[in-house]
Parts: sequence; structure tokens; C-alpha cells
Amino acid sequence: MLTNIFPNVEMDKMWVATYETLYMTFISVLGTFILGILLGLLLYLTNKGNLWENKPLNSIVATIVNVSRAIPFIILILLLFPFTDFLIGTIRGPNAALPALIVGSAPFYARLVEIGLKEVDKGVIEAAKAMGAKTRTIIFKVLLPESMPALISGITVTAIALISYTAMAGVIGAGGLGDLAYMEGFQRRNTDVVLASTIFIVIIVFIFQFLGDWISKRIDHR
Amino acid sequence: MIKINNLSKTFKTKDQTVQAVDDVSIDIEKGDIYGVIGYSGAGKSTFVRLINRLEDPTDGEIILNGQDMTDLSKAQLRLERQKIGMIFQHFNLLWSRTVYENIAFPLEIAGVPKADREEKVLELIELVGLKGRENSYPSQLSGGQKQRVGIARSLANDPKVLLCDEATSALDPETTDDILELLVSINEKLDLTIILITHEMHVIQKISHRVAVMEQGHVVEQGDVLDVFMNPQSKTTKRFVQQLNPQEGSVEELKDFITSDDRSKVVKLHFVGHNAKRALISDVSKQFDINVNILQGSISPTQEGAYGTLYVEFQGEPETIEDVMNYVETTGVGVEVIDYVD
Repeated sequence: MLTNIFPNVEMDKMWVATYETLYMTFISVLGTFILGILLGLLLYLTNKGNLWENKPLNSIVATIVNVSRAIPFIILILLLFPFTDFLIGTIRGPNAALPALIVGSAPFYARLVEIGLKEVDKGVIEAAKAMGAKTRTIIFKVLLPESMPALISGITVTAIALISYTAMAGVIGAGGLGDLAYMEGFQRRNTDVVLASTIFIVIIVFIFQFLGDWISKRIDHR
Repeated sequence: MIKINNLSKTFKTKDQTVQAVDDVSIDIEKGDIYGVIGYSGAGKSTFVRLINRLEDPTDGEIILNGQDMTDLSKAQLRLERQKIGMIFQHFNLLWSRTVYENIAFPLEIAGVPKADREEKVLELIELVGLKGRENSYPSQLSGGQKQRVGIARSLANDPKVLLCDEATSALDPETTDDILELLVSINEKLDLTIILITHEMHVIQKISHRVAVMEQGHVVEQGDVLDVFMNPQSKTTKRFVQQLNPQEGSVEELKDFITSDDRSKVVKLHFVGHNAKRALISDVSKQFDINVNILQGSISPTQEGAYGTLYVEFQGEPETIEDVMNYVETTGVGVEVIDYVD
């Protein structure tokens, strides 16, 4: 019956595309998580009244973050072509999408990280200082653990945005479900392929959302 | 043990400067429970933060065991802070850690090996009476239990001094008393010097040996709790003392008893320490041919003994009244004739 509704869908192609989408998503979520936390910490710590208060540095980081967030993702990919070519050696395939995906979403996530860190009780930081903690200890044993539920729900939101970015990247040849939907579906007027790809992407999004919510809830002892 | 000399802190903002702490000098001896009381905005919270340099002083010195805190480099300061415990009004526990892990945190900071941490943490849990709650998270504890965790945490590195910043202000009266008792027992058991900041007279009365009263960044009065309570000089101190003896404020009610008749005198008696326990009134009425009319009175226990005031009217021959007052004075009880109400 499924073959009647989806006459042009070839399952092995679907699985390859799904694998590519998941691959792009996982690696870029990981990269975004690390880069975003670094940027977010930098934004937070250099802010007024915090450990590394530094107005010029804060303004520079904030400007970089704001500018890169303002660039539409599809244009960012094009702008990063030379960089990607240099880094990955090609501008086609799932790997070639990674730099753009990470650069595109890390600034967004950095802002979420900053918001999460701002929520950490100042009194707890003061208590750690009063115990004689080093800045490094405060970052790794107070700031990050205490903001972890916010960091997790932030990366969940970002991951979902990233899944839709991977579909967009697919349109210019990155592979994955977006590529499949565009090349095999839209270009060849196979609406069923577009529909099947959409269903797969929606399922992936649901799984990510569920996982994110579950982890965030598990680690929240507030 | 702690000598604070001419300590000042000025906060500068764009359009104003605030002198939060102004030329404060205090001596605190080892094993003291030193209370600093003041209304909010008096600068007492800033003052206590200057001691471990959570705020850097603008001027003055803090000499702790012969070491001037203001001379320390950042790295030295971190080490010194490990020897100064601190507890807070809002406990400031890490919600992401269990009771056990919260108490282990200062030990991690001090670089104590994991095996040695366990023994210390369990010992502290026992000391503050939280046995069985090791694996609870702070959100599962009551306010009093949270402060017990805070106290255990502050004692982890065997501090010489414990700073308490409004440590009981977020607790209900009963829990406050429990926590104060715990502090007294720690003070006695570990010979730990405690500096506590509060706006509650009750806290000072209950556990302090000595007290400083702060107002607008200044210390307006300091000394032994009993002395300061018995003879409050400043308006602020008088207001605080009044919190303890609500009746004392209503001297106006004595107006009706104050007459120009020299066969009647209204007298205020001060009892301090052991005197407070004497049966002075029955003593007087047995020995002298005089009537004693008790008007009002109160007694307040403190760490250094009880103190109380009693307003009485003596009725009798003027000479007898004079004799009675002389007699009372020889017993060590303070006598003050009230012949007007201001």
C-alpha cells in the first residue's frame, strides 16, 4: 500500500539521506555546543560586574555574534565557500555543510548560553569566591553545572533549527533529506518524495525535542 | 585575633558616591561571638564582605592572626579565604549538588584528596545533625536544613573565623533559635570566632558576647552586650533595645504614678547578671517599713547572663525611701529615680 502512496520513494536512498542528515546534525550540534558555550561564557564573563569584566572585549564579541546572527543562513553558506573549501577541501557533501552550520548557529546558541548563565544565582558565585575558588573552578563547578538545564534546552532549540538548516544546505548540494526532497522530489515533480522526506525530518525533530526535554528534566534538581 | 582599623568603603557611581562603611575600628578576640547590628542600609553587609575581601576596602586594614588581609595578592587571598568560613541569608547552596557534594565543594577547592574528603564530610554532616540526608538535593530541604548545610560547608576547611551574613533572617523564629544554638555549640566545641551581622536584636541577645551597633556606615556603639544593652547611648541602640523590652518604651504610662509627693517615688531598677536572679523586692519589703508597688518590668537572657529592668513605686517616709535606695545600691542593682517623663 505504501508503494501506492509513495510510488517514487526508494527506501535505500531515503536511508542514506536520513543518515546524512543525522550526521550533519550530530556533528554540527556538537560543534555548536562547544563553540556556543565558549562564546556564551566570553559574553557573560566580560559583562559588567562579572569575573572578567572587560567592556571592549565584550563589545567585540557581542558585535561578532550579532552580525553573524543577522546574516541569512543561505547567504552565509555562500560567503563561507572559500573557507569551507580551504578547511574541508570540497564544497559539496555533508562535511562541506558543517562549517556553515556551526558558524551559523553557534552565535545564536551563544546568546542562549549567556541567558542561561545570567540565571545562575549571584549568591552562589559569591559563596564560591568566599571559599577561595579560582575562576576556572567557578566556571566548571558552578556556572556550567548550575546552568546545565538551560544549556540543554538551549541546545535542543538550536538542534532543531540546525535540522532545518541541513535541509537548506541540502538544496545547494550538501546531501541529506533536504537534498533528496529538492533534487529527487521537487525538481522531478515527485511530490511523494518531498512528502516522505518531510515526514522523516519531522520525526527526527520530534526525537530531538523529546530527548532534549527528557535530559533537561533529569538533570534539573531545582 | 581580628583587628580592624579605620576600615572604609566608598561606592562610586556616575552621579553619586556612597560611603557604605566609614572609618570602622573593631577588635575581636579569639572565640568571641561578635554581633554587628544595624538597620538595612547601615553598611553591615558591606562591612562583613570587606573582612574576606569580597569587597575591596577603600581604606583601612583588616588584621587576621597578624596578617593584613589588604596586603594579600590574589593567590594568597584565595588560600586565606579557605580559612574563613561564611554563611549567607539565602544559604547560596549549589542546587545541582547533593548535601554531601555541597559540603565537599570547599574541600575540592582546597585540593583535598577524594579519600580524605569523605571522612570530613560525614563528620560535618553528623555535627550539624543532617545524618541520613546526604543524598538529598537542597530543593528537598527546609530552610533550617539548608542553613545547616551552609554551616557544614563553611566549616569544611577548619576555618579560624566564621562570617554570618544575616544567617537567620530568612528563617522562622523557631528555626532561627535552632540555628543559633548550633552556632553557639560550634563556637564552644571548635573555639571558633564568629562574626555575625543581623538586624534582629533577638539574635544578638541570644548568642553574642560583644556587639557593635552600626548606623550609616559608622559604628555608633560597641562593647560587651550587657553594657551596651544596659546603657544604650545612641538613638539607634535605644530603638534596638526597645525591640527586646517592648514595655520599656512606654514609660509614659508611668506618668500617673509620678507625683510631687515625697512619700512616693518611682524608681527604675537595673539588674545585670546574677543580680537578676535575686529576690530583691521581698527582701526590701521585709527589711524596711515600706510599700512596694510594682509597675512594670522585664528580663532578657543573653549569652553573658540575664539583664532586666523593673519599674517600682516606693511608698513610705521620705527618709525610709532614701535608706531603701541606698540599700538597693549596695546590692549592685542600679537605681534611677524617675521624676519626669520625657
